[in-house]
Amino acid sequence: MSHVSHHVSRWLALAVSASLGCEVLRLDKVNKYYRVGTHSLHVLRDIELEVADGEFVAIMGASGSGKSTLLNILGILDDYDSGDYWLGDTLIRNLTERKAANYRNRFIGFVFQSFNLLPFKTALENVALPLYYQGITRRKRNQIATQYLDRVGLRDWAEHTPAEMSGGQKQRVAIARALIGKPRLILADEPTGALDSETSRQIMDLLAEIHRSGITVLVVSHDSEVAARTQRIIRLRDGKVVSPHDLPGSSHPGMTAVSG
Amino acid sequence: MTAVVLGLELLGVLVALAAVALFIITVLRITGVLVVQWRDLLSADRWGEVFDTIKRNKLRTALTMISVAWGIFVLVFLLGLGKGLDNGLRHTFARDATNGIWVSAAKTSIAHDGYDVGRKLMFDNRDYERAKSARVPGPGGAGIDHLSGQFFIKGGQFGGGEMLTKRGKKANAFQINAVHPDAIYLAAQSIESGRFLDPLDIEQRRKSAVIGRGVRDYLFEGEPPIGQWIDLAGVQFQVVGVFSGQGDAQQERQIYIPVSTAQLAFNGADHLGQLEFTIGDANAAQAKVITDQVVAQLAERHHFDPKDPQAVHVHNNVEQFERFSKIFWMISTFVIVIGLGTLLAGVVGVSNIMMIAVKERTKEIGVRKALGATPTSIVAMIIQEAVFLTGVAGLLGLAGGVALLGVTAKVVVNDFVRNPAIDLKVGILATLGLVIAGALAGYFPARAAARVNPVHALRDQ
Repeated sequence: MSHVSHHVSRWLALAVSASLGCEVLRLDKVNKYYRVGTHSLHVLRDIELEVADGEFVAIMGASGSGKSTLLNILGILDDYDSGDYWLGDTLIRNLTERKAANYRNRFIGFVFQSFNLLPFKTALENVALPLYYQGITRRKRNQIATQYLDRVGLRDWAEHTPAEMSGGQKQRVAIARALIGKPRLILADEPTGALDSETSRQIMDLLAEIHRSGITVLVVSHDSEVAARTQRIIRLRDGKVVSPHDLPGSSHPGMTAVSG
Repeated sequence: MTAVVLGLELLGVLVALAAVALFIITVLRITGVLVVQWRDLLSADRWGEVFDTIKRNKLRTALTMISVAWGIFVLVFLLGLGKGLDNGLRHTFARDATNGIWVSAAKTSIAHDGYDVGRKLMFDNRDYERAKSARVPGPGGAGIDHLSGQFFIKGGQFGGGEMLTKRGKKANAFQINAVHPDAIYLAAQSIESGRFLDPLDIEQRRKSAVIGRGVRDYLFEGEPPIGQWIDLAGVQFQVVGVFSGQGDAQQERQIYIPVSTAQLAFNGADHLGQLEFTIGDANAAQAKVITDQVVAQLAERHHFDPKDPQAVHVHNNVEQFERFSKIFWMISTFVIVIGLGTLLAGVVGVSNIMMIAVKERTKEIGVRKALGATPTSIVAMIIQEAVFLTGVAGLLGLAGGVALLGVTAKVVVNDFVRNPAIDLKVGILATLGLVIAGALAGYFPARAAARVNPVHALRDQ
């Protein structure tokens, strides 16, 4: 397993160099409306948010609190109506589709609740897909993808399609796919939402390991057990960030690190 | 041999399609509508993605290809059949000029001007001179552009116009036509060597003869015939030219001699049995006016009722050709409309299938976008698939249609359908049209899908 430690050390080196910058992302008074007919639904209200490089953060909130919308905006999958969103040094606003695609490809790794693997492709091909859009040759892609599958313990499942795998295995393939583009930020939307508690724990272990390797991880969840594994919890209620002292009987004041 | 030609034609189609595709891609790049990367077209990866999609949707692929191939197949076959009908029509008229009219003397059937019925008529050289003036009234009216009289030699060896023709020890009966120089324009014939009859032949009553290829082959057996002498019913004639015809072999077994020489040599006085003329590009109605004038002139001089249906026989090719042309045009148009309809049905089928296919792939497209796919790469991928499918299916249909036409041409040999074949350009155009339709059928839903917000696409369960 020497090549694994090799990778870990490379990620650490990356993380060190990246941490010279201050924050991975910053939201300044971001507002988002959904227009439903003549009505306008104010989904996100003046969101102020900073995530430092190398942080492990949970965004919590009840359904309808706007947490998925926030994650989509952070992932440049959705646009916002006012305010500023800085990803690294880049202001994410009115990007062309091409640029948005490029940022998603280079900076962000996605992990979804329903995995979103392509059903007709093998685990290896799924993991390699982001590299296809970087124009890397098939040989090289598969070589790298094999390493990442190994990293999540699924080297022997490389030639299997998602239909032949368990939920936990699928999510690990998805995580390997999120990591292969060497992103600075992993965005996970209810990553354990479709999994049993034991598998959920394993997936959270994996995300924690990724965090330790120096990558910023942001998890959206309504599950407090999941949130408890992170360093910091950002709570959303009715489209607003709830400040720590607003919380009744808060056990997570501000930046308190939780066991990871 | 046919297979080689067919292969070459298909190769030509492929090259033409490739050229047009390159042109279209270049235009798209320059105008910025769709920036297709050249390397993507040759990319094994991109083709891998395309074949991947094709492989996992075998039924959809088969349906698309069948509807396209069938459309092209039917269109090509029907177009070829239309061409065959046209060829058949032209062949039927190939022997004679399609703008020719023949007026021959016969027997009166109505008493007129004090003459009884049943009188045999005979035209003469003055009728020939007078007929030259016939034309549609008014300035620039259509008229006769080529006129010839014909003298029928009596006492042919075997009846009809056939006379014993000899050269050395060889002898045979050939059709002899004693005509004016313009007769060449009334038969669809061309001079192969030497010349046709000329005014000097008529004026000096020369013993000139223009023989068909069949006559030459029989009498001369490869010797050069020009300047040689042959014996026509006991009179020596000098061969001045050889002609070839577009009709059957019988057409080339004829001999033309000057009408004036024949009248002198065969006791014809100034008699003519028939006037024949062409009327340029006048239509059937104008042809009728001109013919009526010629008949009226004849009636006046020879004292018969111009309305007598039997006094003269008129064979009007203009009228017949126009009537047949109309019928065949209608058949061809009908056939083309059906073919285009089938093709249109194919295009609609492709559009439908592409739309469903793209709809099915909305989620996949969302995932790809989340992983960094640009809208262009998604649109290009889907269009590449659509163009590949329609292109291959179109070529299969084209090949099938051409092959069926080839078989038809061999099996069906009659006067109506002759050499059914399709113009290669039309085949290319039809296939190209379908490929473009396929590209558009892929483009619009693909563009819509590529614009879809990945969030919505990913929620699409």
